[in-house]
Amino acid sequence: MDDPITQSPTNDPPALEAVGICKRFDTVVANQDVNLRIGKGQIHALLGENGAGKSTLVNILFGLYRADEGEVRVNGRPVRMNSPHDAIDHHIGMVHQHFQLVPVLTVAENIVLGHEPTRGRGLLDLDRAATEVSELGKRFGLEVDPRATVEDLPVGMQQRVEILRALYRKADILILDEPTAVLTPQETDHLLEVLRGLAAEGVAIVFITHKLREVLAVADRVTVMRGGRVVGTTTPAETDQAGLAEMMVGRSVVLRVAKTEARPEAGVLEIRDLHVRDVRDRPAVDGLSLVVRSGEIFGIAGVDGNGQRELVEAMTGLRMSDSGSILLDGSDITGRTPRQISQLGVAHIPEDREKHGLIGPHSIADNLVLNRYFRAPYARRGLRQLDAIDNEAERLVADYDIRTESIGATARSLSGGNKQKVITARELSHGARLLVASQPTRGIDVGSIEFVHQQIVGQRDIGVAVLLISAELDEILSLSDRIGVIFKGRLVAIADAGDLDRATIGRLMGAGADAA
Amino acid sequence: MNLLRAALVPILAVVLAIAVGAIIIEVSGLNAFEAYKALYDGALADRKGIGRTLEKATPLVMGGLAVAFAFKAGLFNIGGQGQLVIGALFAGAVGYGVTGLPWIIHMPLALLVGAIGGGLWGMLAGVLKATRGAHEVITTIMLNFVALNITDWLTSKVWREPGIIVRTPAIEPSAEIPRWSQLPTGFALAVAAAFACWYLLERTTFGFEIRSVGLNPEAARYAGISVSRIVILTMAISGMLAAFGGAIETQGVVGRYEPGFNAGLGFNGITIALLARTHPVGVIPAALLIGAMEAGSSMMQFKADVDPEITQIIEALMLLFVATPILVRWVLRRRETSDISVGAHWGDA
Repeated sequence: MDDPITQSPTNDPPALEAVGICKRFDTVVANQDVNLRIGKGQIHALLGENGAGKSTLVNILFGLYRADEGEVRVNGRPVRMNSPHDAIDHHIGMVHQHFQLVPVLTVAENIVLGHEPTRGRGLLDLDRAATEVSELGKRFGLEVDPRATVEDLPVGMQQRVEILRALYRKADILILDEPTAVLTPQETDHLLEVLRGLAAEGVAIVFITHKLREVLAVADRVTVMRGGRVVGTTTPAETDQAGLAEMMVGRSVVLRVAKTEARPEAGVLEIRDLHVRDVRDRPAVDGLSLVVRSGEIFGIAGVDGNGQRELVEAMTGLRMSDSGSILLDGSDITGRTPRQISQLGVAHIPEDREKHGLIGPHSIADNLVLNRYFRAPYARRGLRQLDAIDNEAERLVADYDIRTESIGATARSLSGGNKQKVITARELSHGARLLVASQPTRGIDVGSIEFVHQQIVGQRDIGVAVLLISAELDEILSLSDRIGVIFKGRLVAIADAGDLDRATIGRLMGAGADAA
Repeated sequence: MNLLRAALVPILAVVLAIAVGAIIIEVSGLNAFEAYKALYDGALADRKGIGRTLEKATPLVMGGLAVAFAFKAGLFNIGGQGQLVIGALFAGAVGYGVTGLPWIIHMPLALLVGAIGGGLWGMLAGVLKATRGAHEVITTIMLNFVALNITDWLTSKVWREPGIIVRTPAIEPSAEIPRWSQLPTGFALAVAAAFACWYLLERTTFGFEIRSVGLNPEAARYAGISVSRIVILTMAISGMLAAFGGAIETQGVVGRYEPGFNAGLGFNGITIALLARTHPVGVIPAALLIGAMEAGSSMMQFKADVDPEITQIIEALMLLFVATPILVRWVLRRRETSDISVGAHWGDA
């Protein structure tokens, strides 16, 4: 597609420009002939599935990778960037997906790190740093206490610190890698507002995201990437969610989950007055009760860190609970081991697939049998039956459309969406009574999201009880038959999905029952 | 192809170390060719030399296995030395203290008691880690000192041979591991142990659990594997392997336990395991190499006037080069170093 309007009104050269960027890793082409132009004061969304080459591209723009071919221009002049230091010298700032903060230092210390204001010779002037940080925060609507220690701050605040740090270094080009993945709907709205404010002051913004709604809400222009190439550049006025999704995936995508009315039967999971402590020994689940019936999807909406993780870990035997009970088909499973609970028919799609769901260096086949490798036919008398494992793996790879050249390849070589398919295949092919799905589509591409959603609904339709935990409100709303809102370790509301609207849930997520 | 690639770095490291060793010998005014010739003569030229090499290599195979095996579970067992002396002493105690048994029972029994003793010693570090979170590097180092003192005390006070030398009495002939036309058969036991370890790790569910814990303990826990159990059992097996080497040393070479005879053998296991890139079968050639150098070093001193310390320098260089594959690659000019670090990240795209 041609690029119709990239010039900003005043005919200035674009603030940041990538011309003909190519980057290969061994045999994999990560970027091929990528062109991108970001005007001053523009918010430019970069959209694409996992593995589309977005991160590679911005890493090149920020000097973390060197392009094999092509050049990067800042304000029309070609620049050579060998490291992030060079990028910072050109006033490019980046907010990474995984924050690059020192947890034990204060906000001000983190922000000035590397550019510390000094008094006299080599004496750190932290008061001045704090003042400067406060002023910067006020100016851009990013208020944060400069003397707070970073590790005590919630994720949304930590992100502000990251943005402030880039601004403190006088960035007028700001790259944000999936900034909204960790935010509540309200925080997201605020961030988008801040971005608009920054753009109004002339900052050029590159905004990577999966979320089509945000793109349409905030971006001036959208560039869609697929398979390392730019598919096209457009504006929100010219397209809609379906159009963007189709550009990303290369085919039309069903954005609404097609599902029939739930036909719930007997209760499968019952949790009674559960209390669980977190790693730091503070109460995380605080008197939570719920029932999930066979054939229904119970969605738990909530901001990350309100006890969801501890709830899931207690249910799956990974964490001891203080009191209360967890019943599966009427029998108490509190205090059983993870293995026992899994054998009783609890499937678990964990929140963090890299860390908890897969053993990256193991083969795809080994990961596909990770919940049953120890029993027949996959093992006999303690010996692994490699043929049986391979047969099962071949079957699952075909059934679940896992894109790989070989079941012997390592799991970590897969894209995010395919990793999630491996976990989904493993957990759903095990004849579960209860499926606990925690952030099942976090950070994966539209095509894989569609697939995973269909699988979850499919499980419901064959009578599995599904407990869905997600920080994505859209996901909760489109999948759930009943919804519970979790706040500070309790369900502050439980209702049929039709009876709760987006705004109400959003308020309950942010402030508990007082808000409603 | 895969094997070749895996072996490339260690082989290059060895070649490089020998070359640097040659330079050092030349610089000190001696003849490197003569020195290496003497090293070869002492280690490999005749049946006697080969026997010496195999003898030296045996505890190295076991020490290397102990480190490599623990490493598969993500554990670093520095306690090989302590586990080894316990195995050596216990085998010696059973070897002389139990009498009247036929060889077919007595010899394996002494080996078994030695291995179990070291296994329990290793397990102690595993239990400390699994229950108290104590890091195994710290505990195994400390347990080395405890083991040395306990064995010294047992040798000097409890199981001492009457006389001025502090050592246990000679073991009964029925406890000896025999030689087969000058070649120590204990080496065959070590080789069998290496293949057994490989089979256990690659083909059994238990081995799968060990590797899973080593690669991603959190995911292993989520998959229902008891990480504590694996840590404890792995340390026990690792300790048994090191101790088995000590027992073979007692029953096949020394003929009794004598403090000081095994000094350093356990620590060499770390070098061996790294040279073998922690592959259980790769431990065999690595141990043979170091064993040959140890076996030939006295001949090198005798014929070429090169101090035996030079072999230690070469060993240290090998370790250095293996541990710094980037340096080796730089020497090879294979790739710019930046690509090595990038390789791990590109998938994030």
